[in-house]
Amino acid sequence: MSKNNKILEQFKDGIITNNPTFVQLLGTCPALATTTSASNALGMGISVILVLMCSNMFISLLRKFIPNQIRIASYIVIISGFVSALELLIKAFLPSLSNSLGLFIPLIVVNCIILARAEAFASKNKVLPSIVDGLAMGAGFTLALVILGAIREIIGAGTIFGISVFGDWFEPAVLFILPPGAFITLGFVIALVQKIRSRHNEYVKSQELERKRLEREAGLWN
Amino acid sequence: MELSLTGVLLLIVSAVFIDNFIFSKFLGCCPFLGVSKSPSTAFGMGCAVIFVMTLSSAVTWCVYSYVLVPFELEYLKTIAFILIIASLVQMIEFFLKSKVPALYESLGIYLPLITTNCAVLGAALLNIQNGYNFIYSVVFGFASGVGFTMAILIFAGVRARMRFSNPPASFKGTPIALITAGLIAMAFMGFSGMSIG
Repeated sequence: MSKNNKILEQFKDGIITNNPTFVQLLGTCPALATTTSASNALGMGISVILVLMCSNMFISLLRKFIPNQIRIASYIVIISGFVSALELLIKAFLPSLSNSLGLFIPLIVVNCIILARAEAFASKNKVLPSIVDGLAMGAGFTLALVILGAIREIIGAGTIFGISVFGDWFEPAVLFILPPGAFITLGFVIALVQKIRSRHNEYVKSQELERKRLEREAGLWN
Repeated sequence: MELSLTGVLLLIVSAVFIDNFIFSKFLGCCPFLGVSKSPSTAFGMGCAVIFVMTLSSAVTWCVYSYVLVPFELEYLKTIAFILIIASLVQMIEFFLKSKVPALYESLGIYLPLITTNCAVLGAALLNIQNGYNFIYSVVFGFASGVGFTMAILIFAGVRARMRFSNPPASFKGTPIALITAGLIAMAFMGFSGMSIG
């Protein structure tokens, strides 16, 4: 039971509390570049999940053998090995995805999220939690990317996952598919996330005050 | 691709303005948002990136053409390039530290950050993808670095003024910076009208 709770906690941390894109602001480049449509975003997200899980697993397995001084270099070699394998697989089986993501598949190597998780989590934890961490953080990244991709696709092309949402009357704002739209969409979404977070913090604080007040009153009654 | 002066000039203009690394290719966004708080740090970072990008373009092109291609190991280029860049950055750091301490002091802190800057690896991979020859690769690396520096300097200038403005609470910090970047990117889109053949 407690093990399940722990896994759930990890997922909540990766997807909501410490979402890599919206909260930690890691991996901005792919979040801006590959979100021209929801399906591109999903493709990128799944690629990152795969690499993150594999690299976390491997780094966790090798964590006792990698000398501390050269750990970053070793992580980079491990990560780039998995990225190269993934690049070849995508080229062979999903040529259209490979065309639309292009350069950003090999550039997963320098995605800060993967190195950050290797350094902060996989190098200190056992294999199974590390794999779960990779899946959770990757899922958070994917969710963020799909949200951005969906917003940009709906406003910029009037479709989602290629399916038309509005009728013919809709005049898409192409700007949102172009580079400026990426920056602006991410800016607005992060602002929204900050707003929700501050609301949530206020709520938690008010609950705390309320509880204290009740306790004080109860103390008076006694 | 044939080597000509016009070709080189066109490549420079297109890498700096039309296909600016940050505003149209989204390469190097992390340092772009991270170290653009003041113009002087932005300039230091930009110089370090120009330096590393020019050198790494030259070295990665040579390694690809004279080592990976003859042995049919092209699929290893991502691993090879990232290792080359990482060790190159390390070597530049040692070299500057011992030979040109003044330059090391101004660029030193930015150098380690460059290893994980996707602009450097991106430039190396683009050189190969676009089939550039040696001269074009070096020029492309240099011009892309200049474009990066220009973008980050403009942005740092705007951000320095933004400190005195008063956006809504939830927009403070990164969101307003991103929206500003979007507006600058819109301005840069004007250059795409210049795209030549």
